[in-house]
Amino acid sequence: MTALFLFFSLILIISAIGAMSLRNLVHCALCLAVSFAALGGLFITVGAEFVGLVQILIYVGAIAVLIVFAILLVRGSEIGKLPRWESSWKIGLIISICVFMTISLCIHFDVKPIISDKPKTATVDIIGKELMTDYILPLEVVGLLLTAAMIGAVLLAMRDRPALVRRTGQISGTKKAEASR
Amino acid sequence: MIELKHYLLVSALLFAIGLAGVLMRRNSIIILAGIELMLGAANLNFIAFWRYADNSGSLTGVIFSLFIIAVSAAEAAVGLGLVIAIYRYFKTSDAEDVNSMKD
Repeated sequence: MTALFLFFSLILIISAIGAMSLRNLVHCALCLAVSFAALGGLFITVGAEFVGLVQILIYVGAIAVLIVFAILLVRGSEIGKLPRWESSWKIGLIISICVFMTISLCIHFDVKPIISDKPKTATVDIIGKELMTDYILPLEVVGLLLTAAMIGAVLLAMRDRPALVRRTGQISGTKKAEASR
Repeated sequence: MIELKHYLLVSALLFAIGLAGVLMRRNSIIILAGIELMLGAANLNFIAFWRYADNSGSLTGVIFSLFIIAVSAAEAAVGLGLVIAIYRYFKTSDAEDVNSMKD
């Protein structure tokens, strides 16, 4: 338990630092996939097996691959010569260090050890029953959200040449030209 | 013995790394990846509190983290669609070069 926790959290932190600081964007995406897989491993060691498997399935299988596709589509792997840090990166570093210090001080001084030592498991059976009874309305809302996000992503990434042409009235002109021909 | 405190520390470190990536990198795809890392840190907090809190039988943390995963998948899809649309218009994916509202 302890060894697994140390192993997964070490991999998680190292690969997250790599994903945020490497120069080549494809390497960043691969480090991101490794850190998502380590996060899923941490979930499984806590006892939430279903959430860990969903994490690996969705993050490693879908989101990391989506990020690699986006990097290849915007040719992010070719612009490695550009500076990778923003011009005001020192302020960002100071802000994030301050946030980490604040959170860790709060954890160190305020977290009561509300430990229940009996191991818990969230099996698919119980999660499915909960989702279908108590959380049925959030589940439907999430379905609506996913549909809207899918349509929105397709509309955003689609080339809007035909709409542009129709707005400027060039289609009617070509139709007239075809009719006269 | 691993306690709640250790999970919360790992989660805080992951959140700080993601925040540093969002605030420091120029590329907008890496900014989206940093947002995903921060959402993962929040998920780890939910799962750790579910495991170590003394509430027998309640599954709220697990269900909430499942919903967070679904919402972050939707966010990643829309965000990367926006990045591709911005790249098609501005021919760049740097967040500092897209400043035509500032000039």
